[in-house]
Amino acid sequence: MNEKNKNGKQNENEEKKPGQDSNELVRRIAEKKYEFGFTTDVHTEIIDKGLNEDVIRLISEKKGEPDWLLQFRLEAYRYWLTQTQPTWGHVHLPEIDYQAISYYADPTAKKGQGNKEQEIDPELMKTFDKLGIPLEERLALSGTAVDAVMDSVSVKTTFKEKLSEKGIIFCSISEAVKNHPDLVQKYLGSVVPPKDNYFAALNSAVFSDGSFVYIPKNTRCPMELSTYFRINARNTGQFERTLIVCDEGSYVSYLEGCTAPMRDENQLHAAIVEIVVMDNAEVKYSTVQNWYPGDSEGRGGVLNLVTKRGDLRGVNSKLSWTQVETGSAITWKYPSCVLRGDNSQAEFYSVAVTNNHQEADTGTKMIHLGKNTRSTIISKGISAGKSQNSYRGLVRVGKHADGARNYSSCDSLLLGSQCGAHTFPYMDIHNNTATVEHEATTSKINEDQLFYCNQRGISTEEAVGLIVNGYAKDVINKLPMEFAVEAQKLLSVSLEGTVG
Amino acid sequence: MTSELQYIELYNEASDLIKSKSCPVMNTVRDEAFATFQRLGFPSKKVERYRYTDVDAAFAPNYGISLSPLTVKPSAYIYNIQEAPIDVTPYYHRIADHTDAITALNTALVHDALLVYVPKNTRVEDPIVVDNWLRGTAATMMNRRVLIVMEQGADATLIINDHAADKQRFLTTQVIEVFCHDNARLDLYEIEETTPLCSRFSNVYIQEGRDCNVKHNSITLFNGQTRNLCDVYLQGENSEVTLNGCAIATGSQRIDNNTLIRHEVPNCTSDELYKYVVDDKAVGAFAGKILVEKDAQKTSSHETNANLCASSDARMYTQPMLEIYADDVKCAHGSTVGVMDEAALFYMRQRGIPEAEARTLLKNAFMGQVIDQIKYEPLRQRLAVKVEKRFRGELEKCDDCRLCK
Repeated sequence: MNEKNKNGKQNENEEKKPGQDSNELVRRIAEKKYEFGFTTDVHTEIIDKGLNEDVIRLISEKKGEPDWLLQFRLEAYRYWLTQTQPTWGHVHLPEIDYQAISYYADPTAKKGQGNKEQEIDPELMKTFDKLGIPLEERLALSGTAVDAVMDSVSVKTTFKEKLSEKGIIFCSISEAVKNHPDLVQKYLGSVVPPKDNYFAALNSAVFSDGSFVYIPKNTRCPMELSTYFRINARNTGQFERTLIVCDEGSYVSYLEGCTAPMRDENQLHAAIVEIVVMDNAEVKYSTVQNWYPGDSEGRGGVLNLVTKRGDLRGVNSKLSWTQVETGSAITWKYPSCVLRGDNSQAEFYSVAVTNNHQEADTGTKMIHLGKNTRSTIISKGISAGKSQNSYRGLVRVGKHADGARNYSSCDSLLLGSQCGAHTFPYMDIHNNTATVEHEATTSKINEDQLFYCNQRGISTEEAVGLIVNGYAKDVINKLPMEFAVEAQKLLSVSLEGTVG
Repeated sequence: MTSELQYIELYNEASDLIKSKSCPVMNTVRDEAFATFQRLGFPSKKVERYRYTDVDAAFAPNYGISLSPLTVKPSAYIYNIQEAPIDVTPYYHRIADHTDAITALNTALVHDALLVYVPKNTRVEDPIVVDNWLRGTAATMMNRRVLIVMEQGADATLIINDHAADKQRFLTTQVIEVFCHDNARLDLYEIEETTPLCSRFSNVYIQEGRDCNVKHNSITLFNGQTRNLCDVYLQGENSEVTLNGCAIATGSQRIDNNTLIRHEVPNCTSDELYKYVVDDKAVGAFAGKILVEKDAQKTSSHETNANLCASSDARMYTQPMLEIYADDVKCAHGSTVGVMDEAALFYMRQRGIPEAEARTLLKNAFMGQVIDQIKYEPLRQRLAVKVEKRFRGELEKCDDCRLCK
C-alpha cells in the first residue's frame, strides 16, 4: 500500500532523452521561464492509484474523520459516478483517466515517527524557503500568516496562536474537522453543494487539505492570511478544499498562491473554495495562480479545474475576488458571487495570461438576489503564442433584486497571430429596475505606443512588458502589496519570448 | 422530446405528395435533409444556439401543413423557383447550415420556393416587396423558402412583410439564403406584424463575395413567438455587413434573435445593432457572435445590444460574444440592460407631460436609433409611425390591412 517515492532530481534526468538534443535550446528557455519547476526529494506516502469507495474510506480514515464527513464524501462520489465530464468550455480538455491518479499523497509522513506536527522535514522547509514562503515565524514577512499545503497535506500553519488570541481560527481543514466539527459541518458544502458540477462532486468525494478560516463577529483580522499550494508527488492530483467564514462586521484578506514541478504528463488540480460572508462583513480573496503551464510544445502542465464561490448572505456584505492567472495548461475557473444580502457588493478583477499552448476559460458569475446589490467585473485577457484565452461570465438579476447594478468590462490583448481571444458573456435579467452594462474590446498592442518606446531606446520586448503591465494595472492594483510585485514579475516572465 | 414524431410520420406519409408538387432541385436534397432532422430531432435548450427558445413546445401542437402553390405576381425580379431564369442548383441549400434541425425540417417539408434574382450590373430603383399573408381556417404550418441571388454589381432593396390575416394558430419555418457576388449591394428588410398566436422560426444565411455591402434589418413589431437566426459569411475582401434589429415585445410575446458574423477573409467590416423593449411578461433574448478566423486580419467589427426592461415580469437574456483568432483586428461589443432615465421622466412630467406619455416618448426615442438606420426613406417614415403606434398599443388594430375591408 505504501509506496516510498524518491523522485529527486528526476526532472533534469528526464529532460535529456536521446534524440531530443535539437530541442535543447528551446527546452532551456522553457525551463528558465518557469522557475518553480523543481521537485523535492522527500519521503512521500502515496496511496495506490485508482478511485473507488474503498479509496474514499481510506482517505477519510487516514484523516480520522467523523462518520458524517465520510457519508458526505460517499454521497458525492456516488453522484459523480452518474455524471460525465462537461465539454462546454472553450478548451481542449484531454480525456482524464481518473483511475490513473493517486488521490492521497502525504509528504509529512515519516517512517516510525508519529507526531509530525513538531518536526517538519528540513527538505520541506527548504522547499518552501525556495518558493519564498518561510515557515518559521521569525523569518516570515510581517503581517502574513501562512498555511503551507504540499500534495494532500498541510505542512504547517504559522501564527496560529497569535490569531487565536483574537478568536480567529486559521488552520488546515483536516484540523478544523477535528477541533471545530460543528462549524465545518454547518458550512461545508453550503455554498458549493457536492452536486454542483462534475468537478465539485469529485472534489467533495476525495478532497484532502486546504485552509479553514473563521473570523468571529466584529473582528478585523490583523494580518493577511495566506495559503500556499504545492504539488510535488508524481501521478497525484491535488484536491484542496478551502472554507472561509467571515462573521458579522468582520474583515479578512486572504491570499492564495500555487506552483508545481515540471512534468511531461498533465496533473489534475480540482479544488473548491467556499466563502460565507455575513452582515456588514468583508472578504478579499486574491489568487496568484502559477501552476506549471506545460512546455512550449504543449506537453504536460496542470489541469486547473476549480469551483470557487462566495455567498454574500448578510446585508451590506462585500466580497472581492482578484486573480492573476498565468500558469496551468488548462484553466477552467469561475469565481462567483451570490449576492443574497441586501446592499451587498461584489467585485471580480482578473488578469489571465496565456502563452504557448495554454488554454484558459475563466470569468465569473454574479447572481443578484438581494435588493440594491452591486457588482463590478473587470477582466483582462492577454494571449500569446498558440494559446486560447476566453472570458465567460454570467450576470443574473433575480426577480426580487430591485435596483441591482452591474458593470462589466472585458478587454483582450492579442500578441501574435496564432492565438485567440474570446468573450462569452451571458446576461439574464429578470427585473426591470436593474442596470447592467457590458463592454468588451479585442485588439493588439498599439503600434504607436510600441514605436514611442522604441524611439526612446526601449527594446520591443521590454516595451511589450511595459504596455502589458500598464494594461493590467487596474487589476494588479487591487492585489496586496507583496503579491502585486510578484504578479508584475510573473506577467513579464510569462510573456518572455513572445515578441520577434 | 416527442414533437419530432408527428413530423417524421408526416414526412413518411406525405413525402411523395410534397415531391410531386415540387421541383427536382428541391427534391434532390429533401431526403438527406429529412435524415438529418430525424437524427438531430428538435434542439433542446442544451444546444447553445437554442438556449432561450423551447423549440419542442412550439412544434408540439397539431398543425395542418399548407401545400398550396406559391402564387407570384408577374414581376421583373421575383420568380417561383420552378420557373427560374437561371440554374439554381449551385445555390439552393448550399450555404444553409446542414446541422441545424429547423433548416433540415424546412428543407424536407417545403414544396415551393421564391427566387429573387437580380442580374449582373442591374440596379433596381424601387424596392422589391414581398408580402406574406398567413391565412387559414385551422391551425396551419407554413414552410417558406426564399433564395436571393445577387449577381456581380447588382443592387437592390428587398422588403419582406409578414402578416397574419386570421386569428388562427400559425407556425412558420423560413429559410432564406442570400448569395451576393462581387460588388453586389443588398438592403434586406424583414418586418413581422403577426398575432400572438403565431410562432415563427426564421433562419437567414448570407454569403458575401468581394466588395459587397449587405444590410439586414430584422424588425419584430408584433408577434407571438419569434426565433430569428441570421448567419453571415464574409468570404471576399473589403465587404461590409450591417445587421440591425428592432424588437418590441409585450404581453407574453417572446423574441429570440441569434446572429453569427463569420469573418473568413481580411479587411472586412461588420456592424451590428440590436435593440429590445420588453414589457409585461415578455421575454427577449439576444445572442450575437462575431467570429474572426485566423487569417482575417484588419477586421473591424462592432456589436451593440441595448435593452429596456419596462416591467418587473419582463425578462431579458443577452449574450454578445467575440471569438477571435487573428491578432490585427479591432473588435468591440457592448451590451446594456437598463431602466428608463428617471431624470428625463421627471423633466417631462414637470412640464406637464403625463407619465405614460413620457414613457412612450422615451421608448420611442430609444428605438429611434434603429429606425434611423433604415436607408429607404418611405419605409423609415412608415416604420417610425408604426413603432410609435406600437408603443401606444394601437398597432393590434391592423390598420393597414386591406383584406377584411
